[in-house]
Amino acid sequence: MAVIVAGVAGLGLLLSDRRETYKAEAYGAGRVVVDRVVAPAADVLSTPADWARVLGNGIGDYFFAVSENRRLKLENARLRQWRDAAIALEDINSRYRALLGVKIDPPIPMVTARVVLDARGPFANTRLANAGEEKGVRVGQPVMSDAGLVGRVVGTGPGISRILLLTDVASHMPVLVDRTNARAILSGDGGPNPTLDYLRGIDPVRNGDRILSSGDGGVLPRGLPVGTAVKGLDGHWRVRLSADAVPIDLVRILLFKDFTDLAAQKALQASKMPPLTDVPAPVASSSVLPPPLTSKPAPAPVVAPVAVKPAATKPVVAKPAPAKPTALTAVPPKPVAKPSAAAAEPVR
Amino acid sequence: MTFQTSRQTAARSMDAWNWLAVPTLTCLMLTLLFALPIRVFGLVPPEPVFLMVPAFVWAVIRPSILPPMILMVSGLLIDILWGAPLGLWGFSLLFGYAGVLASRSFASGQGQSMNWVWYAITCLIVELTAYLVTLIDLHAAPSIVGAFWQWAVTAALYPFAHQLIERFEDADVRFK
Repeated sequence: MAVIVAGVAGLGLLLSDRRETYKAEAYGAGRVVVDRVVAPAADVLSTPADWARVLGNGIGDYFFAVSENRRLKLENARLRQWRDAAIALEDINSRYRALLGVKIDPPIPMVTARVVLDARGPFANTRLANAGEEKGVRVGQPVMSDAGLVGRVVGTGPGISRILLLTDVASHMPVLVDRTNARAILSGDGGPNPTLDYLRGIDPVRNGDRILSSGDGGVLPRGLPVGTAVKGLDGHWRVRLSADAVPIDLVRILLFKDFTDLAAQKALQASKMPPLTDVPAPVASSSVLPPPLTSKPAPAPVVAPVAVKPAATKPVVAKPAPAKPTALTAVPPKPVAKPSAAAAEPVR
Repeated sequence: MTFQTSRQTAARSMDAWNWLAVPTLTCLMLTLLFALPIRVFGLVPPEPVFLMVPAFVWAVIRPSILPPMILMVSGLLIDILWGAPLGLWGFSLLFGYAGVLASRSFASGQGQSMNWVWYAITCLIVELTAYLVTLIDLHAAPSIVGAFWQWAVTAALYPFAHQLIERFEDADVRFK
């Protein structure tokens, strides 16, 4: 009897739990309380492990200093070439922006946090970080390591935030293939390499293609590095996460707001469209061109912000870039993505 | 006289603190330790379900009204610790507990190797329950390889369950 009662209680909790949603209240006060109790204890307990890691790194640095020095010199030479190219591209990019009057992404502030708990089982891949709502961390914000995107925040409290990793079975993230601009949904399954679902087009991805966040849906900024595409043994395209290359003991939480919050809402809501009564009655014509909705075109200042906004308001399910050239599509995709990374630099 | 002494010892060791609280707290502490962000030569420690050990032993030796409740609450704590859906591990552990109860009449009193097989099958039931619940709840299939590894490391914990059985089996004549 006790088993049945407890089982029914567990089932009820399961049905009511929605930890993966973007709603702050879905995390629950109970989780926040336990996290707040556990986080300081885990922080203390993991300190010896941190010391051991630092000691191990120090010993490794001492014994491999010469080879490391050679590698760094080669890398430095390559990076100098990239720096020159970046300066030239930035110059061209700024000219294009000035010519087109493009509204670029605003800078994104971020906070650094230390990971104190790390769940890595098949049914939950989450981490607990020691920075919370007092630092401006909110549910839905993206989390990065030095190497790439790690996941997003699903719960916050005073001094703690719970991060849902990209590998968690509940994680679904809109991404794009850098080479082809093809969209996909990155779905975790509890394993180390999440799958690329809903890929469209002919040959949209190849082995080694770079995968970035697409920004579709507006919950993440565009252009955050995610990983590289690999063909799985099961035939599915998977992503080898960039964040796996380094230990995720320190993470950066991007205090990113939805772009709809950043846009001037009053300007967007000020409708300049004529009332519906002015719309001519539909005519069953054989004409190729549809009849114009209004007698005069919409003024340019209204079109510009609306044209920028769709990146944030589009549905999450990815679709290829529209074919018609508009004020938005005239902007090359990469220069738009760059300011996010550029904005991250000064904070680092 | 000797018989009386052994009965007194068994009765003393079967109190709620030793029988229920100590194993539960030990398992929760071990779960917390194994959830610390530690990497040794780039490898991460496994994530076994430590609570499987007392869940099995409680059902084998002396089922009562308290163990299911403790399993439910401990399962909730593990869910919060791991960031899993609330109720996932409580429900799955109870499923395993119920499985042991159902098979107790014909499986108890066997040798160590048979008990290990029994324990491994119970672990499999728990993992399968968690897998199916996740599948239904999230409409996404968790990694089978990951679930297999978790089952393997949990099944490898049987020696600790055996120690508990050895320590408490004399406390209940029904197990003999």
